[in-house]
Amino acid sequence: MYDIKAIYEAKTIKDASRLLLEHKDAQIIAGGSDVLVQVREGKRAGKELVSIYGLDELRGVKILPNGDIKIGSLTSFSRIIGSDIIKEHLPVLAYAVEQVGSPQIRNIGTIGGNTCNGVTSADSASTLFAYDAMIEISGMDYERIIPISEFYISAGKVDLKEGEIQTAIIIKKESYEGYFGRYIKYAMREALDIATTGCSVNVKLSPDKKYFEDVRIAYGVAGPVPMRAVNAENFIKGKEVNEENIDSFANEVLNDVRPRDSWRASKAFRSHIGVVMAARCLSRATELAGGDVDGRL
Amino acid sequence: MADYKLITCTVNGKTSSKMVDVRSSLTDMLRDDYRLTSIKKGCEVGECGACNVLIDGESFNSCIYLAIWAEGKNIITLEGLEGPNGEISDIQQAFIDEAAIQCGFCTPGFVLSAKHILDKGKLYTTDEIRKELSGHLCRCTGYENIVRAVEKTMKQRLGISE
Repeated sequence: MYDIKAIYEAKTIKDASRLLLEHKDAQIIAGGSDVLVQVREGKRAGKELVSIYGLDELRGVKILPNGDIKIGSLTSFSRIIGSDIIKEHLPVLAYAVEQVGSPQIRNIGTIGGNTCNGVTSADSASTLFAYDAMIEISGMDYERIIPISEFYISAGKVDLKEGEIQTAIIIKKESYEGYFGRYIKYAMREALDIATTGCSVNVKLSPDKKYFEDVRIAYGVAGPVPMRAVNAENFIKGKEVNEENIDSFANEVLNDVRPRDSWRASKAFRSHIGVVMAARCLSRATELAGGDVDGRL
Repeated sequence: MADYKLITCTVNGKTSSKMVDVRSSLTDMLRDDYRLTSIKKGCEVGECGACNVLIDGESFNSCIYLAIWAEGKNIITLEGLEGPNGEISDIQQAFIDEAAIQCGFCTPGFVLSAKHILDKGKLYTTDEIRKELSGHLCRCTGYENIVRAVEKTMKQRLGISE
């Protein structure tokens, strides 16, 4: 039996907003693989919950008429992995969420929950940052859409105001079309583990495959929230595709990341693997994009 | 102050309704209200897989699943694998033959995940089987015999000789 004060089941998105406005201290629960564990630990014990798990309208992946990909916030990791749209256009996101927990966790865990809990190690988050994902939020009588970089405020805190729930994650067509990506999760176990550090890169090469037209790189556990390595991105844009530039790009990452010591790994180790992951991700993504990075794989 | 809700769902092929405490996990409901004790309380935080059940054909840790979410769902527990005359399934027989059990606490969970995998009728590699079973912890066997039992059942069902 969980130590829950009360649980309210939302019937619609509006209903969820109404319940959250009526019960200001209530916690939203989606799949519950984080919230229920926190209730069990005592961290969220004795609280009211607003369950949105029954809102099937927030499930599913679709392509909008303008080519943008919209992922309902309650879509489970397993459904994302199995989605033909994701497999075709965002294979790196499918791969990234396949690294989450275990088959059971991927069946219950939702991409909305993964981002709303505001943790830096979320396997989906770095890839969503790398794709400039947009977050759709619904309030009582309005909707707003913000970039994921603005959604994360600080560790464990995201930009959800009173009465708001996250309803979808949108990847714009211009953010994925022509891009190829790679995600690496560094962890101690191959399943049921939290990332020591995660790195997601996507790249768009020039038509002749000789230059880096655009490169985006994002990290989990390189700072209090998922983050982009902007200096490294600016360094590589327009540069020639070669081993030396990939190495310089990877070293440039150290001007962006702010890892810290934790019981999982030291700051020094995280900095080291951050550089190695950047080089490996960019090499692999470049190769997938048709670029020649001889000897780097 | 307890709050109850009437939950109607299908458990092992039989549809029924129970008044359930809204604070219950699905583990609580199935063990206490349905007396299905193959579901074990292990870690209770979704890591060990001892409470695994199939909901609408997919594996879930029932310890981190609210009982009220079971409304309208089709749930299968290990008890649901029993044949009409009390026979055990081919998977369970393979677990016995391969000595894939020591204390047995993790076994119901493993067998249900194996059922989910094997009912697809596909040929899996050993690595794929390990990945599909990665949501279960076993502290006795070292996993080798469990993987072997699942592989053996898969090959039997697909008519592949060892």
